[in-house]
Amino acid sequence: MTFLLVSLALLWLGGAVAAGLRSRPESGQLAGQAGAVAGSALGLFAAIGVLIGGKAETLSASWPMPGGGLHIEIDTLSAFFLLPVFGLSLLTGIYGRSYLEGREGAAAAGSWFHLNMLTAAMALVIVARDGLLFLVVWEIMALSSFFLVIFDDRRESVRYAAWIYLAATHLGTAFLLVLFVLLGTLSGSSDFSGYPAVLQGDPTLSSAIFVLALIGFGSKAGIVPAHVWLPEAHPAAPSHASALMSGAMIKVGIYGLVRILTFMSGPPAWWGWALIAAGASSGVLGVLYALAQHDLKRLLAYHSVENIGIILIGIGIGVLGLAYGMTALAVIGFAAGLLHVINHSIFKGLLFLDAGAVQHAAHSVELEELGGLLKRMPWTGASFLIGAAAIVGLPPLNGFVSEFLVFYAGYLGVVAPNPSMAAAGLMVIVSMGLISGLAAACFAKAFGVVFLGSARGREAAEAHEVAQPMLFSMAVLALLCIAIGIAAPLVVQSLAGVVAATTGLAPVRVHAALAPPTGSLTAALAVFAVLAAVAVVAWVARDRRLAVSGVRRAPVWGCGFRRPTPRMQYTASSFAQPLVTQFRLFIRNREALVPPTGYFPASASYASDSGDPFLGLLFAPTFRWFTRVVRRMNVVQHGHIHVYVLYVAATLIALLVWGKVWGSL
Amino acid sequence: MPELNAFLSPLCALVVAPLVLGIINRTKAFVAGRRGPPLLQPYRDVAKGLRRGAVYGEATSALVRLGPVVNLGALVAGLLLLPFASVPAVIAFPGDVIVLVGLLALGRFATVLAALDTGSSFEGMGASREVHYAAMAEPALLLALATLTRVTGASSLTAIYGGIGVSTWGHALPTLALVAMTFLVLELVENSRIPADDPTTHLELTMIHEVMVLDHTGPDLALIQYGAALKLWLLGMLFVGLVVPLHGGNLWLDGGAALLGMAGLALVIGVVESAMARYRLVHVPQFIVGAATLSAVGFIVLLV
Repeated sequence: MTFLLVSLALLWLGGAVAAGLRSRPESGQLAGQAGAVAGSALGLFAAIGVLIGGKAETLSASWPMPGGGLHIEIDTLSAFFLLPVFGLSLLTGIYGRSYLEGREGAAAAGSWFHLNMLTAAMALVIVARDGLLFLVVWEIMALSSFFLVIFDDRRESVRYAAWIYLAATHLGTAFLLVLFVLLGTLSGSSDFSGYPAVLQGDPTLSSAIFVLALIGFGSKAGIVPAHVWLPEAHPAAPSHASALMSGAMIKVGIYGLVRILTFMSGPPAWWGWALIAAGASSGVLGVLYALAQHDLKRLLAYHSVENIGIILIGIGIGVLGLAYGMTALAVIGFAAGLLHVINHSIFKGLLFLDAGAVQHAAHSVELEELGGLLKRMPWTGASFLIGAAAIVGLPPLNGFVSEFLVFYAGYLGVVAPNPSMAAAGLMVIVSMGLISGLAAACFAKAFGVVFLGSARGREAAEAHEVAQPMLFSMAVLALLCIAIGIAAPLVVQSLAGVVAATTGLAPVRVHAALAPPTGSLTAALAVFAVLAAVAVVAWVARDRRLAVSGVRRAPVWGCGFRRPTPRMQYTASSFAQPLVTQFRLFIRNREALVPPTGYFPASASYASDSGDPFLGLLFAPTFRWFTRVVRRMNVVQHGHIHVYVLYVAATLIALLVWGKVWGSL
Repeated sequence: MPELNAFLSPLCALVVAPLVLGIINRTKAFVAGRRGPPLLQPYRDVAKGLRRGAVYGEATSALVRLGPVVNLGALVAGLLLLPFASVPAVIAFPGDVIVLVGLLALGRFATVLAALDTGSSFEGMGASREVHYAAMAEPALLLALATLTRVTGASSLTAIYGGIGVSTWGHALPTLALVAMTFLVLELVENSRIPADDPTTHLELTMIHEVMVLDHTGPDLALIQYGAALKLWLLGMLFVGLVVPLHGGNLWLDGGAALLGMAGLALVIGVVESAMARYRLVHVPQFIVGAATLSAVGFIVLLV
């Protein structure tokens, strides 16, 4: 616990010094970075200590504010979720200062305060064991990330994105407020320890709490339709902040949901169905919207929606397994969901850092202006390729391991005697198959258009590799993608502790249930070894052959056209066009086409813009209606202070009268 | 250690797979009243490519050279998971179905990136179409295999195909027939055969797979052609294992039956290619989704 407290203190101190030294931004940034790196390293140490030791650490203290108490605890589940928070914060800390080079000094120094506060607040949310404390640090987390989103506040689009984010996060918080007030009132204390007793044997209350948690935490995690803030906020924030928000902060939403699930025993089957349905729709719609994007960071943001969907599908099978009393399914489902939490934070963190490197080098993340960057930025390109292959779920990388577990659980469900479990298994398999197929299409597009072929714009043609601290963070994450893939059996085994803590099953049974998929992953490693061997032999044999028969370079085939230019390459929009057209029912792709006309066409143009249908068709009209209603209440506002004093007095009198009447009853 | 017999399946595939292409081409020629190329022509094509030098596009990086070898590695590794007649696969484990699909996806991803590496508009077009159809075909394959899993209650490819006998056809006839249809469609779509794609067309604009590998030359092209033969075999075996479920115990008889089944499949493909025209591009996804729906219906039949 000491480590965690010192870690939080260092994070805060570093941030505070950075904010205080705005007049000397160089030193301020250094202090902020030092706080982030040292604090995160210590925090990581604390979390790993608990995971290895297996013993929870608790701290309880009195709290000077009315209601609630200062009660924090690092148990296995908390420690598990602290890993991505501190791990990513450490790497984004290393990355951030080089990335912010060239930005306005004072603002850059100030951003370290918000970055470090975000890390500290996420950690506190994960260790909080008191409803009120939880809500307070939850709000700090929301606000510090809001300030990161609005970093570039001179651009109107950034202010708009930050506004959307602020509204979305508070809508979610409203549900959490109800949730914790309800639990706190019924249990007589805001401390978490009283919650399970209240929920025990009250299925109606449990279900109500589940729904509140799914909406409240789901809006932070980015479940469709509460995902609308992600594609706005992630592109607006600086890339290392996007990495931290997408890699760690949305996982805090998943943490909240899982934590609430541990309060309840014997979940009904419909929770599992609800989670699988929410996961499948988030997964499929997330990747479909991603396909239609041509801003790299927006595309990545939509993929976060997709991956949250995969996590929810895993947790959903787990809940269904618990409901139907099928231990193996419960264990493998939760293991899949939780492992994907870690995996997604690794490869999505990596991809956002790569996007930041592209932004830094080519001054754009607009896909249609990029191209050929692999030759100019080989390290960034290679790490993006690893991240892309991992997020698509290709063997033998880490994404494959967690997706393998989800599919494995799906196939286990398919053979279950219970027909509804079999139907759920089939639904999981089909939606996961569709998600991974579409994700492969989307990342073939993203990697292909940004890094392969020739540069489409002038800036991309003159791009240079980024600074070493940035490369270091990217390399660590890329290596983690490979390491988890290669060490898959060990990794899956080591999930037993956290799965046991989440499901409440005995560790022996969890180990037994994890043994078959672990064995399969071990055998799969042999298959991948053969793959690697064949590929290497073929590569070497071909090169030896070519050393004799010769290699030359020539322009590619242009159907008789002699000199194809970079502008004639397939673009991101054209690559995705067949899929976008096929799914036009779901994607609102607006196109503006000026076709070439006549025998000697002069100019032609095509532009496409994919707005989010949920934002345009659901939230915007709701908010417009809400604004109209609220505007009517403007009557009571006129800006005269004495009238406001009158309001205060009237309210107090009303409260007194109400209290008297209530008391006399 | 797997039995020595188990290595018969991948060996057989590595040696015989190009012959299947030869049979298809001969069948098409026969139906059209031509003599056609020799049965062994695909072997000659591969050998010729291996002897040639290579020409790479001006914009290419090392990725264009990585694509064909990774694709070949993934397909050879996939063969290790494939049971052959009554012979179990070299490596069989619960969930190997998922690994097989993952390997196919990896091979395709590598090929697609190699195509995009050329910066050629035509290859980009082919790659775009390839990932489009693959996104439809992948869930279809997983769905068909899930249905077979439900029929047999088994969890590995070896156990699934070992569990399908003549008697299984007796009590699960509708489901197995529907799944077989799905496999047949996937064999055509995934291997760029008519009606999804036309491997012999001369117009780049209408091609899918062929245009994606347009700027690959020499040894790279040979590796791609050989890989295509392996993929044809791999997916074909999923179909043949289902419709020729003979497990008499005699290795030679069962193996012979499976090989005859594969030759039969080649004849069927040849006849289909001669009798049908290629679908319009926008109708191919409907074709695949329709095939997937067949397996879904087969699955639902099992539940009620």
